[in-house]
Amino acid sequence: MTTAAPVLTLQQVYKSYGSHAVLRGVDLTVLQGEALFIIGPSGGGKSTLLRCINFLERPEAGSITFLNQKLCQHYRSHFEIAPEKQLRQARARMPMVFQQFNLFSHQTTLENVMEALLTVKKLHKDQAVILARHALDRVQMLQKQNNYPHQLSGGQKQRVAIARALAMEPPVILFDEPTSALDPELVSGVQSIIRDLSAQGLTLLTVTHDQAFVQSTAHKVCFYADGHIVESGPPEQIYNTPRTERVRQFVHSVSARHH
Amino acid sequence: MSVFWSEVHEYLPFLLSGAEVTLQLSFISMAGGMILGFLTATGRLSGSRLIRWPLEAYVEIWRDTPLIVQLLLIYFSLPELGIILPAFWAGALGLTLNLSAYLSEVYRAAIQAVDEGQKSAAISLGMSPLQIYRRLIIPQAFVASLPTQGGYFIALLKDCSLVSFISVNELLRHATIVISNTFDSMNTYLMVALIYFIMSFTSARCVSWLERKLTPSRHTKGGVANVMPEAVEGITP
Ligand SMILES: Nc1ncnc2c1ncn2[C@@H]1O[C@H](COP(=O)(O)OP(=O)(O)OP(=O)(O)O)[C@@H](O)[C@H]1O
Ligand SMILES: [Mg+2]
Repeated sequence: MTTAAPVLTLQQVYKSYGSHAVLRGVDLTVLQGEALFIIGPSGGGKSTLLRCINFLERPEAGSITFLNQKLCQHYRSHFEIAPEKQLRQARARMPMVFQQFNLFSHQTTLENVMEALLTVKKLHKDQAVILARHALDRVQMLQKQNNYPHQLSGGQKQRVAIARALAMEPPVILFDEPTSALDPELVSGVQSIIRDLSAQGLTLLTVTHDQAFVQSTAHKVCFYADGHIVESGPPEQIYNTPRTERVRQFVHSVSARHH
Repeated sequence: MSVFWSEVHEYLPFLLSGAEVTLQLSFISMAGGMILGFLTATGRLSGSRLIRWPLEAYVEIWRDTPLIVQLLLIYFSLPELGIILPAFWAGALGLTLNLSAYLSEVYRAAIQAVDEGQKSAAISLGMSPLQIYRRLIIPQAFVASLPTQGGYFIALLKDCSLVSFISVNELLRHATIVISNTFDSMNTYLMVALIYFIMSFTSARCVSWLERKLTPSRHTKGGVANVMPEAVEGITP
């Protein structure tokens, strides 16, 4: 890759729940066009990290810069989070795809994808329909535009959820274990869609436990454990020649599980 | 043959005109109760303690005193404070306020039962709290609470008979008048019961129809009724 601009930069981000410190100084940079994958042991705080990035949870310290805007930072020893309105604008430009899909259950597929176009982007309905159909087409779900979520399979739901994010034409999409809740035979379909989007230049930040998915798709892998990024590098480095003992053990344990 | 049946062409229309008043009272009180109940629920879920606390007291007071006492107070005691309401409107006011307290609890439970994951998805797309409330929470909570609301409407239809105590000319009061003419309480009350049954049964069918029409999933049943087991007990004191 040529030298790309950073889309998202985290510096020393902290977050705790009560006395339980989850994020303990996370540094992370996502470059334009990059497929960045976060791996690491369960329960460590990877979901919390994604949720802090788009402010579903409020980080408690550190700075997050998104497209040259400071969303939170230290200013004269105060920790400041950007006003809610600015956060909302930022969220619309880095929508999140969830493990449990989280489609709006009272709306059809098409309405799900149109919702934020109407309310957040304030597009006219005709225009929203066109953009929503286009996004559904990109994930091969146009034929299900009038179905309700409960009429779809898990894989189809997740593709609609991806379309809902895509329709916003965001510079980056956050994926939190997008295929963990899927039946095994549906996993590869969703993964290949994400891989195609990456190939088309979309920037992605993905948390997953599926190492084969990482190896087939990632440009860069960050190993996250104990509240911070332990090691990061191209997938070849993380999986074949890790520099830290922690990553070596992890890679060894997950490959042992698969063979 | 009893007097009631021999003069039924006279008494039945009279009873039905009472039933019409019962229906008017029910629809007005239901509409008022829904609006007020919704506002109360929204207020109680809002952050400010200054709003929440008085509303909680409001709900408790209406739920913990008998409806008949509330009606008597509104009709006979408010005039002492200079507020004089015609019997019909005193009844509508009492039923509305009472129902709003119960419905606010139904709405509150339904609003709180809306899936957190869907709210997170809405937030993550950049929707504002007000947009999420309007476009996601209210539509889902309303449909989920339809069966319970229907139960309250039917309870309300029947509770309307209480306003005969404050001389509203509704079904039961007309029945009393018929009986004083015919001395045939048996047939009159049976007819009254039948009219109530038809009104309630029809309402229940209408609510089920509405529920089926508005729920995308035909498999999810019960909605908020599962969340709030005490909900369908009705508003009868
Ligand atoms: N809202 C919350 N309140 C309190 N504790 C929380 C909350 N959310 C997460 N936690 C705790 O924070 C820690 C990290 O959780 P998180 O879901 O971010 O982990 P994860 O790395 O995504 O795990 P997994 O791989 O299983 O998805 C866990 O110990 C969890 O119990
Ligand atoms: Mg997680």
